[in-house]
Formats: sequence, structure tokens, C-alpha cells
Amino acid sequence: MNESNPEPSQSCRESKRGEITRRIFLGRVSLALAGVGAAIVTLPMIGFILAPLYRKEPEVWRTVGSVGDFKVGETSSVEFLDSSPLPWAGMTAKTAAWLRRTGDRDFIAFAINCSHLGCPVRWQSSAGLFMCPCHGGVYYADGSVAAGPPPAPLARYPVRVWGGEVQIQTQPIKIQRS
Amino acid sequence: MSRTILKKAACWIDDRLGLSATLGPMLRHLVPQDARWWYVFGSATLCAFMIQVVSGVALAFAYTPSAADAYSSLQFITHDAPFGNFLRGLHYFGASAMVLMVGLHMGQVFLFGSYKFPRELNWMTGVLLLGFVLIMGFTGQLLRWDQNAVWSVVVAAEQAGRIPLIGGWVARFTLGGETVGGATLSRFFAIHVFIVPALTFAFIGLHLLLVLRHGVAEPPKAGEPVDPKTYRANYQALLKKSGRPFWPDAAWRDVVFCVGMIGAIALLAVVFGPPELGKPPDPSIIAADPRPDWYLLWYFAVLALLPHGTEKIFMVFGPLTAGLLLIILPFLAPSGERSPLRRPWAIVGVLLTVTFIGALWAVGKKSPWSPDFSAEPLTSQIVGTTSGPVFAGAQLFQEKSCIDCHLIQGRGGRRGPDLTFVADKLRQSDMIIRIANGGVNMPAYGATLKPAEIEYLVAFLESRTKH
Repeated sequence: MNESNPEPSQSCRESKRGEITRRIFLGRVSLALAGVGAAIVTLPMIGFILAPLYRKEPEVWRTVGSVGDFKVGETSSVEFLDSSPLPWAGMTAKTAAWLRRTGDRDFIAFAINCSHLGCPVRWQSSAGLFMCPCHGGVYYADGSVAAGPPPAPLARYPVRVWGGEVQIQTQPIKIQRS
Repeated sequence: MSRTILKKAACWIDDRLGLSATLGPMLRHLVPQDARWWYVFGSATLCAFMIQVVSGVALAFAYTPSAADAYSSLQFITHDAPFGNFLRGLHYFGASAMVLMVGLHMGQVFLFGSYKFPRELNWMTGVLLLGFVLIMGFTGQLLRWDQNAVWSVVVAAEQAGRIPLIGGWVARFTLGGETVGGATLSRFFAIHVFIVPALTFAFIGLHLLLVLRHGVAEPPKAGEPVDPKTYRANYQALLKKSGRPFWPDAAWRDVVFCVGMIGAIALLAVVFGPPELGKPPDPSIIAADPRPDWYLLWYFAVLALLPHGTEKIFMVFGPLTAGLLLIILPFLAPSGERSPLRRPWAIVGVLLTVTFIGALWAVGKKSPWSPDFSAEPLTSQIVGTTSGPVFAGAQLFQEKSCIDCHLIQGRGGRRGPDLTFVADKLRQSDMIIRIANGGVNMPAYGATLKPAEIEYLVAFLESRTKH
């Protein structure tokens, strides 16, 4: 074997005259048929892989506790199930929110995801601040940005009181867009 | 007698398969005689990849790629399965070696100017292979499927979301839906175990084919620039004059280095073992502190240190620009001097890159921008009193999470300035303004602290002096 080809490749030097011989025709038909065969196999595969892009998850209300479980003025973590978890999701089907009771029947539910890069923010009750462990983002008790890199306030979940129970509506993870 | 039979059998198999006829010329292709120890990093990268394939296949016999069961299957592999702990360690340190070797190989090729004519595609396929290695590293960390992995997926999706126009789709593709769940892990498993390794095999094949076609670049000599018109003829003449067959004249160094590397990886796997699994992958456990593995820690630091407001641009265009620059490098300097002695900017570039990544890695390891949620409390000895406004201020300093971000005599976080001797730098009025109004990286406490509390805090801070 020659280690280094001193000449440019043959195909680059050959000029095409535009004539279609039987050999060229058969070559092209074979390539086209191979493309059709490949498409029959790969298109469903691509559709299958990309399916999550088009699947719309239902938004459902999840009970996170009774109204009496939460004190006015306090913020506490609550957990609930995603809207339609797959049977093999296990504990990853769970999610959490920071629930703040602001009045008799008034609640705010904050997403736990920092708006910077999605890390879980922690509520520091004595300081009245949410703090992010990843890049030092800080939010005030109302979810507005207090310091650090977060570009937006904490996302909120719709929340309601239904028959004496506090319910949160499931939502996708809020992804910041450019 | 038996040896003769075996030899005959081997010859028969070789004749029918044509192994010697096919592989022989490849193995014995001529290489420059002075291609010595600098040239071992490429084969070492390939060797590390083979370690990953072997250990990965073994791990796949027990690993369960299901969101519900992956964590417990890893616990079984790590703590119960014979050799499981060693194989996980081998896979982890093998990945580290692969990243390290691909970096060294790339640095050597860059410094030797081997990316120039006619080896542009060797370099470009190498850049793609670097990308595959990093993707495998990141997805491999996610397959650990502990709490750190789950939050790393979210961080990846958030970054993907910043891509203009298609960011939302890419983020959903990353998560396998709208949230982390059952579909998330299995996609990363498919990417880590099938897609990227298949691409890696294909591009390694192409990379090696290109090495055979264009030959191993001779060590550069100052004053012998690459001229596309004459290079190939000169190279052929060089091989004819002093070339040596790759096997075994050059290959023995590759073998020695690879075996040494395998030994080092195995030793590390035995002594240190694999990274311990974190908490279970439960997204409702909020006390998490996600961090990437060491080879991406420097990028984690970049995202923390970027000026506010620039992250969105950087997250998309930073990696894109870096990748593009690497890809088009052969076209920026396709000919001319190869010797680093005549290309001082190349040496400076490598040194700057290594220093930059090294410094970011060191700072990423400490993560001073992260609040210290487990800061040790201030002792009465540090506070200097057990009553009065100074003591009350010290209590507030801890209660209000000031200590999470500020150091006092070695205790606390490093997000904000060290306040051990703050009274020597700030006047009382400055302290009040900063506490009340906050700053870019500090919340404003004016609305949450009572006037008396601010007074106590200031009294405590005023007591922080050398004198």
C-alpha cells in the first residue's frame, strides 16, 4: 500500500460529458432505489424519535394538600405527579413546587427551577429568599429576581382551592428562550 | 506435529480470509522514521475508546435503562455484582483518559501543524470525533441516573432552549417530553450506547483511512514550509529515503504507551473506584447541587462567570463559534511553516487554551459563586461577645443567609466579598446603603429587614476590624 497518494483523486480529473450510458443509468437507478429503501426504514424511525416534540401533555390539577395544611405568609415545598407519567417513570414522575399562601384562599405556586439554567432553587425561610445552588441566582419571596444571573422571575403554576383542597395544575418545565 | 497442524490451519484461514493480504500492507505502511513518542496520543485515544466499548458492553449486561430501575441497577453493579465496581471505575477513568488523550492528540497535531495540506480532512474528522467524545462523556454522566444526572438533563435542556428558532424543540427532544420522566433516560441510553458510538466507529474508520491515504505527518522542521505543489512528492521522497514500516518499528511505542495507560486506568479504578452515586433521581428532592464531571466543569464555570445578560448569546454562539473555528482551521492556515518554532502564536494559543481551561476548572471546582448552604455557624469567639447589638447582628447575619455568601474568618460562602475586616473598608453609611439596596449579586434587604435589624447587622459588621 502506498502511504500517501501523490496525485489528486481520479474522479476529480475526469470530466463528465453529460451522456447517460446504460451503466450510468443502472448506477443511478440503483442509488435511487437504495434511497427509497433507506427512507422506508428510516422515516418511521425519525418520526418515532421525534414524537415527543409533537406530543402535547394534558394539563391536570393535582391536589397537594388541604388549605389548612399551609399557614398564611409561609412558603413550603409540595410534590405532585406529572400529568401523564409513563408506567416505567418511577420516582422521576414526581415534581415539586414552592407553594406560598398569601391569604385565606390565595396561593402562589412557584416552579422550583431557576430561570437561569433550571437548577432547583431552595427557600431560605428566615431570609425570605429563594437561592440557587448552581450559579448563585437569588429571588425574593414573590419570585422576582433579587440577584445573580437569572434572566426572569421564577415561573408559576396555576393554583386553585377546590373543595378545601389546594390544587396545582401540571405544566411543562419552563424553558427560557433566546 | 500439533504445531504444524495449527500453522497449516492458520495459513488456510489467512488464505481464505485474505487477512495478511488486506491488513498487511496497512500495518506495514511506511511512516517517517523520526515519528516517535509525540505520536502515541492518537492510538492511545483509540485504545481508551476500546476500553469504553469493552467495559460498556459488560455494564450493559446488568444496567437497566429504565427511569424507574436504572438507579437500583447501578447500586447492584456497584455494590453487589462481581467486578461491577471495578468495571464502573474502568468506564469512568477510561472516559477521563479518552478526553485527556484526545486533547493531547489534538494539541500535538496543532503544534506540529499537521492539519495543513493535504491532511485537512484528518483534522476535521478529528474535530468531529472530539465532539463525539464530549457527547459520550456528558450522556454517560446522565446514565448514572442519580439526582445529579436528573438536574444535569434539565440544565442541558435549558441551554438547548436558547438556540434561536428551534430551541424549544431541541429542549423537548432532550427531555423526551415536557418534563423529566420515563422517556428521558432511555433516549440518552440510545444516544450513548448506539448512536454516538456508531458515529465514532464510522469516523474513526474514516480518520484512519485518511491517515493511510495521506501518511503520518513527518515531524516539522523550521524552514521547511508546506507547499501544496511539492509537498506530496517531497513526502514520498522522504518515505522512500528513510521511511520505516509502521508495524513494528513505530507501533511498539503505541503498544507500550497504551498498555501503560490501561494499567494506570485499572489502578485508578481499583484504588479510587467509580464516582459514588448521589441521591435517588427524584425531581421532587429539592436539596440538590448539580455539577458536571471534571471534563465539563470548566464550562460550568464559564456559565457562572459570564457577565449578566450575555449567557443567552454565549450558550448558543460560544460552542458554535469554537467548533466552527476548529473545523475551518485548516483553511485559515492551509500551507506554510509547520514548525512551532516558526509559529509562536500556535504555542501561545495552546498555552492560553490550557491556562484558560485549567483556571476555569480550578474555579469551577470551588464554585465560589454558589451559596454555601452548610456554612459552619459563627462561634462566640469569632463574634467576640454573647450579648448586645453585635451579638444580635451576628445572629441575624446567619439567619438572613448573609453567611451563605460572605466569609467571616473562614466561615461562610464566597459568593460575595470577605467581610472579616469589612469595617476597615466601609463606613457605617456605606454598609447601610449596601444592605438596604443590594447590588448585582446581592439582594436588597431594605424591604425585608426592620430598621433595628439593620442597626444590629451594621453593629456586627462594624466590629469586624483588624484593630
